[in-house]
Amino acid sequence: MNRVYIQLKLFAGLADFTPENSDRVPIESGVSVESVLRQLDIPSVKAHLIFINGVKGSLESRLEGGERVGIFPPVAGG
Amino acid sequence: MLDAIASRLEQLADAGILGDGTPCKVISASDVLRLADDTGVPGRIVEIAALERGIIPDRYLRNRQSLSAKDQIQLLESRVCIVGLGGLGGLVTETLARMGIGRLTLVDGDVFEAHNLNRQLLSRSDGLGRSKASDAENRVAAINPGIETNAVAEYLTASNAPALLGECDLAVDCLDNLRSRFTLARATAQAGIPMISAAVAGLSGHITTIFPQDKGLEAIYGPADQLKVDKGEEQLLGCLAPGVNLMASLECAEALQVLLSKENILRNRLLVVDLGDYTFETLQLA
Repeated sequence: MNRVYIQLKLFAGLADFTPENSDRVPIESGVSVESVLRQLDIPSVKAHLIFINGVKGSLESRLEGGERVGIFPPVAGG
Repeated sequence: MLDAIASRLEQLADAGILGDGTPCKVISASDVLRLADDTGVPGRIVEIAALERGIIPDRYLRNRQSLSAKDQIQLLESRVCIVGLGGLGGLVTETLARMGIGRLTLVDGDVFEAHNLNRQLLSRSDGLGRSKASDAENRVAAINPGIETNAVAEYLTASNAPALLGECDLAVDCLDNLRSRFTLARATAQAGIPMISAAVAGLSGHITTIFPQDKGLEAIYGPADQLKVDKGEEQLLGCLAPGVNLMASLECAEALQVLLSKENILRNRLLVVDLGDYTFETLQLA
């Protein structure tokens, strides 16, 4: 499998799980968002809103490398 | 009545200057108030009549030229329902009143508590226990007594929503839980009006605008009947004043755009913000 990289931005309560190399997280090309989260010990149950290169995605979305992935947990305060 | 106002306006108009030095005609806030009292109409009607005659109420001088007289009249003719008068709603109320939104429906069944003081603009240490709706109405009157308000010290429900939203052009979601947000979304869809929705946790937040035919909150939170939680990460992180105030300001900027029918709004888009590292990103929801 090909080793490629993504940028990962975790919001709100997920920010504590941000890896040190969040600007260049190594992944295998073709893996799902869910398996990247598992690889990084990020609780996918909190991955409520997932966007890939600025477009809404899901835990099942596949990553090829080079993407910017953002993840929001549920947020409802005011 | 309007004829009487028109002739008095011409007498009361004074010479003024815009920020860039351009001469103009102005009317003072106190003259607007006096004219409204004398003629028995709300101050906002006097302000509209003045603007229609090229006379700028001095309180709006610094809205020009960003807002034309026509824009200002449009805002003064609008009615906005602000649902939730805590962190988001307090600042939204303050800002929409200063911008010159002519009619505000202010909805919240809650009273101020000490833990509101870290961020809620309308909360005061000498006002704990007081109704948020009533204090919001008093605040609007202190800023501009010419604005018409309808303060409702109740929580929004499916049954009271039609009456509250019926005459509104726009609702601003300033709530703090998911179920109420979905209730408001259903009610605005039924009322046929758009809704601006922002949510905050810590220093992060997001905002979108939903029109009746849109997928709406479901695109952010999933289907309403599958909600597993009523609160989000704010239970862990709280809500910090800069995050809340920024998201509230964004709601006001968006309210301006929606009320003036601008094209570049956040419909089907989500602006996400994190003040922890100054991330601002606009995402495509649909």
